[in-house]
Amino acid sequence: MTQLLLFNVFNGLIIGAFYALMALGLSLILNLSGVINFAHGGFLAIGGYLAYTLIPYLGFWGALLVSPFLVAFIGIVIERVLIRRLYGRDPLYSLLLTFGLAFMIEDGTRFIWGAQSLPYQIPGWLAAPLSSEYFFLTGYRVFMMILVGAAVLGLFLILNHTRLGLRIRAGTLDLETVSVLGVNVRVLRNLNFGLGIYLAGLAGVLAVGMLGLEPTIGDNLIMPSFIAIIVGGLGSLPGTLVGGLLIGVASGVTSVFFPSASEAVIYVMMAAVLIVRPRGLLGEEGRF
Amino acid sequence: MPKLDKSAGDILIWLLLMTAPYWLPAAGSYVELGTHVVVYALAAMALNFLLGHTGVLSFGHAAYFGLGAYGTAMTIKYLYSGTLLGMLVGVVVATLAAAIIGPMIVRLRGVYFAMCTIAFGQVFYFIAFQWRTATGGDDGVSAWHRMPLDLGITSVDILNNPKAFYFFALAMFGICAAAMAFLLRSPFGRTLLAIRENERRARFLGIPVDRHIWMSWVISCFFVGVAGTLFALMNNFVDPRALRWDQSGNFVIMAVLGGMRSFWGPLIGAAIFLVLQDYISSHTENWMSFIGLFFVLIVLFFPRGVLGLVRGRSAS
Repeated sequence: MTQLLLFNVFNGLIIGAFYALMALGLSLILNLSGVINFAHGGFLAIGGYLAYTLIPYLGFWGALLVSPFLVAFIGIVIERVLIRRLYGRDPLYSLLLTFGLAFMIEDGTRFIWGAQSLPYQIPGWLAAPLSSEYFFLTGYRVFMMILVGAAVLGLFLILNHTRLGLRIRAGTLDLETVSVLGVNVRVLRNLNFGLGIYLAGLAGVLAVGMLGLEPTIGDNLIMPSFIAIIVGGLGSLPGTLVGGLLIGVASGVTSVFFPSASEAVIYVMMAAVLIVRPRGLLGEEGRF
Repeated sequence: MPKLDKSAGDILIWLLLMTAPYWLPAAGSYVELGTHVVVYALAAMALNFLLGHTGVLSFGHAAYFGLGAYGTAMTIKYLYSGTLLGMLVGVVVATLAAAIIGPMIVRLRGVYFAMCTIAFGQVFYFIAFQWRTATGGDDGVSAWHRMPLDLGITSVDILNNPKAFYFFALAMFGICAAAMAFLLRSPFGRTLLAIRENERRARFLGIPVDRHIWMSWVISCFFVGVAGTLFALMNNFVDPRALRWDQSGNFVIMAVLGGMRSFWGPLIGAAIFLVLQDYISSHTENWMSFIGLFFVLIVLFFPRGVLGLVRGRSAS
């Protein structure tokens, strides 16, 4: 029983780490640009598929390194060509646009790579369990946790200790003032969008090693990511991180006792947060 | 003479709707497409009650559409095989769910409201998907069908006669459209417009804004529930796709495409969207890409919709 519980807590942490990685990217874009990026799951899928295509040329590690940057580049181009036009307009329009993009990306990946789920090889030594007692502790899972942790740490280092991060944080609070102070807001939003999409790409590369490669892989991750943002508090990146881990663990623990309610529990948590604390756990008062 | 223009438009729309089963086959289409348009138009108009006339962005209306559909389907399958009772249960379930969820979200605004409606909408998708014994899970609720209408003196065979079902759906659409038009013209409807135009000023005038948004939300979900029951009856079948988030997106794009500031806009948007979807999906396997592209193009080049464009022309 303890082992089962431990297994599910650990599993929940991993899933939660994915939610958090997705949600942090979504949150970055939402905070600075006011855009809910419905196509985030699509970018995640592109990350996985690009890694799949690159592995024969660059190997596992090369693909892991390069693919998220390629996805970020695609994101930057899409921001420049399409999404930039909608800043300052009703959020309705950016929602509809990214919604359409999500359709196009899903169908596009299906067109290029086929609808069948593709095999994704991870190095053998990573796939093996680390201990015979705790069979669920495979090298890949531990490795994923470390990498996600490093990515999150890196993100917060960038935000707190670089000029770009300072500007992103300032822009989240008051974009107009940042613009008046001589910062090129268009470039800032563009880079910020790229950063958010990079996180989606990274999540994609890591997720396919565990979940397999399908055009709809992002679909199951995007809703929990929204909920991670709502639970953690809109406008707060630490909140988003906490929210993601929290709902991951909660759904992992629930699956021990009530397997069929493991999805439902995260919605219950969202409802509870909205009733008791509508701004979210770490959200600021009066932001929305 | 804007007054005359408006009633002429109303008359034209009703004339087209009343005669649709007779000219649709001649135009190379079929009666069922007309029924489709009427059902989706009702859903999009119901959404627009909130979106266009109250100025609140919901991206989760498919949930209440689907609840209406599931309520109807499961009532007819498991409880009692009467069309009208099934509809009643479906609408009540959808409205109740909206009324309960409403207080949790009406305090939120803008993108945050949209995000929460999406997330809450997914709850019902998961329930429909996972509760296999009752809802059939992914396979949906099948092996039932709508029943002929028993009106006491006579009965109308809406089951086997597509034209009769079209007129039944149109009658429901007409009642709902009239009710919405009536509500929008009432002081209550004017208050909603005031909230849309300037929420802060409305609040200063002493209008309980949150309560009005809640009411508008419940009314909107009530009518989208009616559309959902018609949807289930139309297909004699319902599956979880009826309440998935992409369905909500379809409603929103219909309202935007037709023109969300006008009463009839969503009807026109629904007609264009469905005819196009019908055409594209019968010609290519990659219809999703085209629909996605369609979304992008509308947002970039056509944000005010068909009626918005017409009106902008005549005003300038």
